[in-house]
Amino acid sequence: MEPIMALAIGLLYATAIFLMLRRSIVKLVIGLLLLSNAANLLIFTAAGMTRGAPPLIPEGMSQPLGEVADPLPQAVVLTAIVIAFGVLAFAVVLIRRAYEIVKADDLDKMKDTDT
Amino acid sequence: MQLAILLGFLLAASAPLINRWFGEQASFILALFPATIAAWLLSQAGTVVAGEPLLLEWAWVPSLGITLTFMIDGLSLLFGLLITIIGTCVLVYAGGYLRGSPDIARFHVAMLAFMMSMLGLVMADGLLTLFVFWELTSVTSYLLIGFNHTDLKARNSARQGLFVTVAGGLALMGGLVLLGIASGSWSFSEVLAGGEDLRQHPLYTPMVVCLLLGAFTKSAQFPFHFWLPNAMAAPSPVSAYLHSATMVKAGIYLMARLQPELGGTELWVWTLSLVGALTMFTGAFLAIHHTNIKKLLAYSTIMALGTLTMLLGIGSDYAMTAFVTFMLAHSLYKGALFMVAGILDHETGTQDVTEMGGLCRVMPVTAVIAFVTALSLSGVPPLFGFIGKELMLEAVLGAEGFQAVLLGLAFASAILTIAVAAIVAIRPFFGKVRQTPLTPHEAPFSMLVGPGLLAFGSLFFGLAPAFFGIDALLTAAASAIVGQTLEVSLSLWYGVNAALILSIVSLALGFLLFKRWDSVRGRLSVLAPIQRRGPEAGYEGVLNAIVHVSHWQTRLLQNGYMRNYILVMLVVLIALVGYSLLVRHAPVLRFELDARFHEVIVVSTMAMGALFATISRSRLGAVVSVGIMGFSIALIFILFSAPDLGITQLLVETLTVILLVLVLFRLPRFSHLSTSLERFRDGAVAAAMGVLIFLLVMTAWSIDQFEPISTYMVENSAPLAFGRNIVNVILVDYRALDTLGEMFVLALAAIGVIAMLKFNHGAPSAKRKKAPREPYDG
Repeated sequence: MEPIMALAIGLLYATAIFLMLRRSIVKLVIGLLLLSNAANLLIFTAAGMTRGAPPLIPEGMSQPLGEVADPLPQAVVLTAIVIAFGVLAFAVVLIRRAYEIVKADDLDKMKDTDT
Repeated sequence: MQLAILLGFLLAASAPLINRWFGEQASFILALFPATIAAWLLSQAGTVVAGEPLLLEWAWVPSLGITLTFMIDGLSLLFGLLITIIGTCVLVYAGGYLRGSPDIARFHVAMLAFMMSMLGLVMADGLLTLFVFWELTSVTSYLLIGFNHTDLKARNSARQGLFVTVAGGLALMGGLVLLGIASGSWSFSEVLAGGEDLRQHPLYTPMVVCLLLGAFTKSAQFPFHFWLPNAMAAPSPVSAYLHSATMVKAGIYLMARLQPELGGTELWVWTLSLVGALTMFTGAFLAIHHTNIKKLLAYSTIMALGTLTMLLGIGSDYAMTAFVTFMLAHSLYKGALFMVAGILDHETGTQDVTEMGGLCRVMPVTAVIAFVTALSLSGVPPLFGFIGKELMLEAVLGAEGFQAVLLGLAFASAILTIAVAAIVAIRPFFGKVRQTPLTPHEAPFSMLVGPGLLAFGSLFFGLAPAFFGIDALLTAAASAIVGQTLEVSLSLWYGVNAALILSIVSLALGFLLFKRWDSVRGRLSVLAPIQRRGPEAGYEGVLNAIVHVSHWQTRLLQNGYMRNYILVMLVVLIALVGYSLLVRHAPVLRFELDARFHEVIVVSTMAMGALFATISRSRLGAVVSVGIMGFSIALIFILFSAPDLGITQLLVETLTVILLVLVLFRLPRFSHLSTSLERFRDGAVAAAMGVLIFLLVMTAWSIDQFEPISTYMVENSAPLAFGRNIVNVILVDYRALDTLGEMFVLALAAIGVIAMLKFNHGAPSAKRKKAPREPYDG
């Protein structure tokens, strides 16, 4: 499964970067969104993927039954998902505000500090 | 001693308060401090002169074994006494010179701080301690040269002095580190105790080059001499103290300190004697070009510094005796002469000697001081300068290599110096009375005490060297430079020898030169174009080039185009990670395709979503594709044993889509902004990044280098943390602080969002007044 995921993650990175290099500020934000998802998948996949063995401990036991998926990358990704959402919300509102003031969605026209 | 220096810095910091409390008496009260240190040093002199260096250890960071150690041997003692005694004189003198100046407190702060740095420098035992104090003297010197900070010339001179000495300081640091590595010790007392022969060490040449660069820049050796005359923009007390008696001798001190361990090789002897002799002649020759009294003295200081370097280069026992004697003599007369120059400037309002004349009638005491010290400068018996000069010529006569070159330059310099001495001491005081900008009066007592004391020393140290214990002091200093006991006995009469004859001839020729100075100066002005191409022009050129390069690279890199920044970062990232992955580690490709049909479908859907979001021309299309991609990712999480991630991703994705729909539709439609060439370039970079990430994931997945650290977490989740969902336990227990930080980030983002939405119409209102536009209905 991992080789297929590796291909998909590579594609996600490529699309994210292509979008971030556009001059349109909206595309930049969508690129950012793709990039954060791609990074999450990268962490998740690089640790190895396990089917049907969530890191849970059955009731009344002190250890999980058999081998379970590595919980650490999952915890990291969980944090990353939430942070990425915070960043996205901030960025989206910021570009809206910037557009209101600068009246341009072209990043090349946002060069100056004075609007 | 360490405590004294610390106290000195504290005193420097509190100088403004002392000035407020004691008003004009502050200078005299502050002068008591270096006087006390001088008295303490004199009380220790007995043991040091007997050949027992004083080691004062002070635990600085005991846990790391770092100590602040001071070593006082003969050389340090000589320097320490000069620093404190001349420092006392200068502080008293400054009390008169800067009387009534509103900036006198600032002067005291910088001056005391400098004094303490200089004391620390000559007593430091640690190589790095020396470096720290060395740089402190550069910084305080910068503050003092630029004391008249409203004057552009003073600011430029201060900066020039700082750049030259700090550039040298950088080289010095390299040299000291090399010295530390080569000798295996970081303290002078251990380095000098020997052990390994550093002269045979492979690092010897780079070490000496670095150390000498530091010493030459600090001590204004050719071709770095140009900063010293410019530093004369400082007030006269500063010139007298820093730029003749103390700071510029720091480089000389360093060379003398290292002489026993590093000296004697061909590299050392050649460089020091030739650079020293060249500096000596350059200084003396350039001096007579100038009519400004402080510049005259500054160039003659360069001459003296060159002489000292040359004597170190010659390196014979005789040369070392000459070195310590000449240095003491020079500090005495040059400090006094600078203070005389300050008096003249202060009383007449000009620094140009050709505008002064006949002042001996109104300023008899100053005239006597100037006359005595100038006689010492020109080396007339029975003054102390005579002994120094005699020994210097004798040492040059005994030099082993380039004797003719050194002797020629030394003789020429002696003639020129005598002319300078005559110009400074005779021109302003005798002859016709001239009109000066201010009506001159005799200087106040406070301004006469300091130079008077130094002139006294110049006279009586020569008459009775043994009586004042000068013999013993210089013996100890010279022994420290040679590395073994050396007997110094000074006397005025060594019999009729070559040195004496040279002395007499140079006196006659020098006086002749003085008589014809005005016409000689006129003829020398034809050399002006050559001087404009001197080392100073090189300095200016380098400085301008640096400004140009930084201007150019700022324009290039900080061009204000967001995508260019991203592009540069990506290319660097791809290059570095790619190099590391492909060259240093081989990428591993292991195609084990144990995929199931429904999984492939989900992953393909996700990829299609991302792809369509990129190429979509409509905003809604892009948002929907991003949504599809996000929900596919949630499915992947669920399929591969991460239910928590799946749930979170579903929630977040829903919110994201809502947010995008709400906001993006208030923004304009996608427009086509870039050319196809730009798209091709961006596509190439994106593809390269994609391939790199693919290889990275493949490799990372195939390599298992370490035992996963989560084993501990899995094992202890239930017994210790009482949680059965291990991911949740990690978040709220093992990594609870991270989660707290995450909550802060989210709260901040939320506050930011609210702020931007709330103050929607408040901010632009001022703008609208300025430039009316069609109201935007947000």
